[in-house]
Order: sequence, then structure tokens, then C-alpha cells
Amino acid sequence: MVEIRDLHKSFGQLEVLKGIDFTVDRGQVICVIGPSGSGKSTLLRCVNTLETPTRGTVVVEGIELTDPDVDINAARRRVGMVFQQFNLFPHLCVLDNVAIAQRRVLKRSKAEAEKIAQANLERVGLSDKVRSYPAQLSGGQQQRAAIARALAMEPTLMLFDEPTSALDPELVGDVLSVMRQLADEGMTMLVVTHEMAFARDVADRVVFMDQGVIVEEGPAEQVIGDPQEERTRVFLRRVLDPTHAQVGEVADLEERQAGARKSPADEPPPPVTPTGFN
Amino acid sequence: MATTTHEPAPAGKSPGGSGLSPRQRQRISRAAQYVLFVVVVVVAISAADWGRIHEYLLDTKALDGMFPDLLTVALKNTVLYTAAAYVVGFVLGLIIALMRLSSVAPYRWFGLVFIEIFRGLPALLILILVAFGLPIAFPAFSNPPGGVYTQVAIGLGLVAAAYMAETIRAGIQAVPKGQMEAARSLGMSHTRAMVSIIIPQALRVVVPPLTNELVLLFKDSSLVFVIGVSATQIELTKMGESFATQKADSTPIVAAGLAYLIITIPLGYLVRRLEARQVKAR
Repeated sequence: MVEIRDLHKSFGQLEVLKGIDFTVDRGQVICVIGPSGSGKSTLLRCVNTLETPTRGTVVVEGIELTDPDVDINAARRRVGMVFQQFNLFPHLCVLDNVAIAQRRVLKRSKAEAEKIAQANLERVGLSDKVRSYPAQLSGGQQQRAAIARALAMEPTLMLFDEPTSALDPELVGDVLSVMRQLADEGMTMLVVTHEMAFARDVADRVVFMDQGVIVEEGPAEQVIGDPQEERTRVFLRRVLDPTHAQVGEVADLEERQAGARKSPADEPPPPVTPTGFN
Repeated sequence: MATTTHEPAPAGKSPGGSGLSPRQRQRISRAAQYVLFVVVVVVAISAADWGRIHEYLLDTKALDGMFPDLLTVALKNTVLYTAAAYVVGFVLGLIIALMRLSSVAPYRWFGLVFIEIFRGLPALLILILVAFGLPIAFPAFSNPPGGVYTQVAIGLGLVAAAYMAETIRAGIQAVPKGQMEAARSLGMSHTRAMVSIIIPQALRVVVPPLTNELVLLFKDSSLVFVIGVSATQIELTKMGESFATQKADSTPIVAAGLAYLIITIPLGYLVRRLEARQVKAR
């Protein structure tokens, strides 16, 4: 249902994606892992064309999003996106956050939109917060509200861009359990994450990216449990057991990030929160 | 000096040897400031000619015939001129701000040129141009509906629009990029996202500066003074000035000034409250 062919993306001189090919089948959960600046967020943002690919094609449900004549607004309706920084609308209460796009985009009536909003907020465990404003919620609650907002549009594909990286470690679990529940219900999901335990337990496939290319991909237990590539092994070792990482092991990465910091294309450095499994 | 070793000053004592602790010096400095203030006030009071001041600035007899028109006509007209200009300024300012942010280059250029012209010219000049120049150049404009109110709304509104456009543009740009991305990811068009998500947030941010603009505009309405208005269209400054000329006494101008303060002081208080609320919300 998602088909990405020869995807390239450059920001000025900086080539972030250097030819990505992969597909997501209906009902699959794919986790994309890799160091900051590896292009995984950019890849995700290309799937709903928040970033316009420089070259290559993205096809979602038979609609080629990279075709300049496609109605991109219509296509995006079926692709939900959850952001690292939640991006709830601060001037609207939680209920209106979930209802506004239904009303303005899907032209649902106020009553219908609010009914569907209520149902989706219940799904993420926020039925008692419908009248709260985003600023009154914890990060975990905001992120779950953001998930409800995306779900209310009845998407066939959900994109998660490091959904737990900005959260208090104790609240990560609430969001992950909502995502797991979604996966169990059969939602097609593409998740950029640093939560290796989630990737191992929930993902059907794990994609490891570095320097704008896919280094390794395969079943979760294989990529995380028994990686074939040296780069994947180093990454996983350092993420899963940071206390035994060696300084200088990934000198080239540090150099790239130090340089890339000047570029607007750079993703904010995510706090890596390894969930303790040994 | 290079060879002599100095005893370092004990911790907490200032070097220099004046013998005063920092606290003592601070107390002396503050006392000196109080003394200076009292001296200046005493000198000013004793030097002033209170008889003249009373006669020419505070003579209630010179206000004969000014009330209640000062409030019911002049203050009302000042408020009307301000409100009319503010509405024009806000609507036009919002449009210009959106033009400045447009992806269509000619709109951006037009917005920039508009702002540069109307911020760069004195409001007085523009008002004179609108009131006397336009009716000659465009005969259709010689007697616009709304008369002098329309002329003032356009003249002062153009200037206000230039300032408000910059404020609103800054407000729109202050809305985080993620808001537009979230709206677009839900399938909203760019226009829909601007209307439903970005502009409501931007306006919230710029409420204090836009209220401040209202205060400035309220005072600028005194420029209507120059375009010659009838008795029913008179505003505060003109009324104060004409009574002052008639009575050969400046007290009416003081009265008109107080009438401005009736509006500007509460508005100023409101601006401070709004700003404080925003700081808290952050």
C-alpha cells in the first residue's frame, strides 16, 4: 500500500536521502531506526509529501503523491501523521483539536465530528480531558490527543515521527501502549523510533537507515536481535547499552552532525531513551 | 609597585580603603537621590508664577460653553475617527501581511512597497493628500459617502495598516512551523490552515501590540485638526484649540488633554494586563 521507489531528497547541497526503495503492505507495522541525521524523519515526511522529494516516486494506495497533478490534500486525508512535538493546536480544546479537520476537511457536521472525536479520545484514554487545552495536558496526554486527532480522519496509514522522543520517560509507556493497541487492530503503521523494545515486539519489519540509505532491513528479531551489518551492530550496541559505548566509535557520525547542525534540514537531536531490555 | 606586595582585601570588604561597606555607600547614594528630588520640586514650586498658571491653564471660567460638547461631540468624534481608521487599518493590515508572506512574488513586492511608503511618510501629509489631493485628482472622491469620516478612515487607516501589517506578519511568523505541518497532514489546504489554525494563533499573539496601535491611532486622530471640519465633526484637539483662541486662555486645551486621558490611560492599563497574561501563558 506504500511503495517508495528510488527516493532522493536534498536540502541545498546536503543530500539527505540517497535512493530509498521499500514497500509497506496493508496491516504491516514498520519501524525505521537509525542515528539522527540518517534521513529517517525526512523519509517519513516524504511519504505524505510534507517534504517534496527531489527525485523518485511515492505511491500510497495506488495514488502517486509525487505526481504534481495529484490532489495532495485529498491524498493526505488518508495518511495520519503524529509528530515528535505533538503539534496540537494550542488555541483549541482537545475536542476541537480532534474535530476541526473533520469539520473543515471532511465537512462533517459539528455533532457528528464531536461524536467521532469523543470516540477516538476514549480510544486513547482521554475521555475525561475533552475540554482541556493542550497546555493543561502532560506530554503523554498531548501525544495521545494528537494520535486521536489523526485517527478521527479514519486514515488507512499512520506515520509516527519519533512520537515518544519528547516525552518524560515515565509517560512513554502510555503512548506506546496506544500504538501497540492500534497495531493489534491491524492499522498500517510506519514508525520512526528509538524505542527498540517497541520495535522488536510490535514491528513486522525493521529498517535500519544511515547516511540516507537503507543499510539493513528485515524481520524485527533479525535486524535487532542478529544484525548482519557492522554499522547496525555498532548502532544497536550503543543505543541498547550506552554505558559501554566507546568514545570515537562513530567519529564520522559526530563529525557529520556537527557540520549538519548549520543546515535547516537537520532534525533536532532526539534524546535516545533505551528501554531496558538486555 | 611591581615589587611591593599588597595585603589582599579581606573577603567581603571592598578594596580602596574608603572605609565604607557597599551597603553604607548604597544607603548614602539613595539618600542623595531623595534630597535631589525634594530640592528640584521645591525650586520648581517656588519659582512658578501660580497666579499666571491658574489664570491661563486652570481657569474654569474659560471652559464656559465647552460642556457637555467636549464629551458628547468632540470625544465622541475622536472615538469615531479612531474606530473608523482602526477598522480600515486592521483589515488592510491583515491583507498586506498576507501579501508579504505570499508565494506570489508581485504580491510580496506590493506589500513591501506599501509598507515602506506608508511607514515612511508622515500621517499628517497622507491625511492632507487624502482630504485635499484625492478629491481634485479623482472627482468621484470629492464627496465620498461618510464624508470626512471616510477621508479620515482612509488617510489614517493607510498609515495604521502599514504598522499593523508588520505586526501581524511577525505574529504569523511566530506561529511554530509544526502547526502548519500538522494542519496540512490532516488534509487541510494551505488557505484553510491559515484561516483555521495559523491566523487565530497569530492574532492572539499580537493583541497587545495591536491594542497599543489603537492608543497611537487615538492620539493621531488629532491630525484631523488640519482638514477643516464642521462643528458637528469637530474632535478634541480642534475644539480645545478653538476655545483657547476664542477665550485667549489655554485651559480648554488642558481640558481636551484630560479627555484624551479618559480613553488612553485605561487602554494603556489594558495593554499591560494583556501582556502580563501572555507572559504567564508562555
